[in-house]
Amino acid sequence: MSTVTPNPERLDALKAAYASASAARRNRTLLGIAIFLAVMVGSAIVAEVNIGKLVAKFGNFTSYFERLAHLDSGALVTTDIGEWFWGLNHWLKLLAETLMIAYVGTIVGAVLGFLLCFPAARNLTRSAWEMAIVRRFLEFCRTVPEIVFALIFVVAFGLGPLPGVLAIAIHTTGALGKLFSEVVENIDMKPVDGILASGGNRVQVIRFAVVPQVLSNFLSYALLRFEINVRGAAIMGFVGAGGIGQDLLESVRKFYYSDVSAILLLIIATVFVIDMVTERARHALIGREAHR
Amino acid sequence: MTATTLRTLSAIAAQEAPRLRAAYPDVFRVDLKRRALTIGGIGLLVGLFALGLTMLETSWTRVFLGLGELGKFVVYMIPPDPGSWSKALVYLGALAETVAIAILGTVLAAILALPFGFLAARNVVPSWILRFLMRRSLDTIRSVDALIWALIWVNVVGLGPFAGVLAIMTSDFGTFGKLFSEAVEAADAKASEGIKSTGGSDLHQVRFGLLPQVLPLFASQVLYYIESNTRSATIIGIVGAGGIGLHLYEQIRTLEYQHVSFIIILVLAAVSLIDWVSSRLRFSVIGIRQT
Repeated sequence: MSTVTPNPERLDALKAAYASASAARRNRTLLGIAIFLAVMVGSAIVAEVNIGKLVAKFGNFTSYFERLAHLDSGALVTTDIGEWFWGLNHWLKLLAETLMIAYVGTIVGAVLGFLLCFPAARNLTRSAWEMAIVRRFLEFCRTVPEIVFALIFVVAFGLGPLPGVLAIAIHTTGALGKLFSEVVENIDMKPVDGILASGGNRVQVIRFAVVPQVLSNFLSYALLRFEINVRGAAIMGFVGAGGIGQDLLESVRKFYYSDVSAILLLIIATVFVIDMVTERARHALIGREAHR
Repeated sequence: MTATTLRTLSAIAAQEAPRLRAAYPDVFRVDLKRRALTIGGIGLLVGLFALGLTMLETSWTRVFLGLGELGKFVVYMIPPDPGSWSKALVYLGALAETVAIAILGTVLAAILALPFGFLAARNVVPSWILRFLMRRSLDTIRSVDALIWALIWVNVVGLGPFAGVLAIMTSDFGTFGKLFSEAVEAADAKASEGIKSTGGSDLHQVRFGLLPQVLPLFASQVLYYIESNTRSATIIGIVGAGGIGLHLYEQIRTLEYQHVSFIIILVLAAVSLIDWVSSRLRFSVIGIRQT
């Protein structure tokens, strides 16, 4: 094995080049950190962040959860489950309503998103105008928070679950329409040409060339959206748009601590179950696709 | 394929169809079992949908009456108008507050979630009990909406944007913990093995083997969530946790439609601006050129 004697001049040149390169990198990182800190401090001032207040009031946070764990009589909630969940039947009904708001909203949104995803997809749209208009519309639907739609709809349609359903449906249309159109843009175009070549019209192209390629992805996204919508439907009641949110808001405002914890637990349990079921279903869908 | 070729092929196909149908009956036969399954599945979905409609007491008359009302509102909303310059300034200030809440809440959530992301990852913490507990507690935090957290924090630190920051922080802490742990689990183990083979400790492996791989991913997720949290931050004002939501809520309640549309347009503009900035930053962080 021969030893390599380094050429000192070359070594120095390399060292200098390395030093300047790493210095440039370091300067960039430092500049980035400085900008980041400036943004954070600015935001903290605007948002009236008060660490002292947080430290002073943090006891409230822990004691709030402590109060959540106690009944009016002062006993721990677990000592009297019947008393803790005294309104179980009523709450379960409201939870069922919440799930239905999410379900109906998801179905309406998924159907509208399905119809709008084809004009919004670059490869299947009929004109650039159509694509631009549909895309802007979908963007509007998903950028305005659903609870804002719900607020406006409550005034237009009256209190109750209907405005909640519509708000969720509109938001879902925007979100799924975009995701669906991205799936459609990634399809293999050969089947489309095939259907066109064998005399198919636009509907037949979508039915026989596009849908078989995208269906499992679409279903998976719709299930994911349903999961998100269950969470969204749980707060619709805050603005009077149905579901369990109204009872939660009232119990928080009226300091019925054990009711708050009971309702929160019910919501969390429901979300867990829905998460688990939809995750199973999504894995099954994607798995089936992989085996094909 | 050109349009003329397609048209010729399509004409030939139309001519050939009856002959092909007769020659290959197997291909054209309807698979009854599959069709029944499809119809059954769709029937189930539609049935549940119908059940939902009756349960939620929706009626077509109510929908149509409401749509009429909604149409009126849209007419009243045009043109968007804050009324006066001082009002416009108030709204702009509230918007700045909203954006500040979103940025601060997201970044604080990410900082808090960083250690938990590692603790909930399979390749860092082999103990499944610890990991299971971590995951479940992150999921629990995540399943409570930011608006509910805002309600709780308002009780703790009082009304104002600070409660909003804490609400965004808490609800995103769960999300980031989950996302970060997934990113850590997806990281390539070879780099850590390299560090180990040169005598690095566990901490060295995390610092030099894992962190350089996952940090850009984390940063891009944070940037992405700043955008979506701007939207969440616009609504937490409804429960008094700062930002433009309170104004929006009040203007809708007092039926000041031109103010409402002005505020909505402000929010849309802010969200798309932040989206633009954050996607720019995201692409520069993960090193992919914008297409």
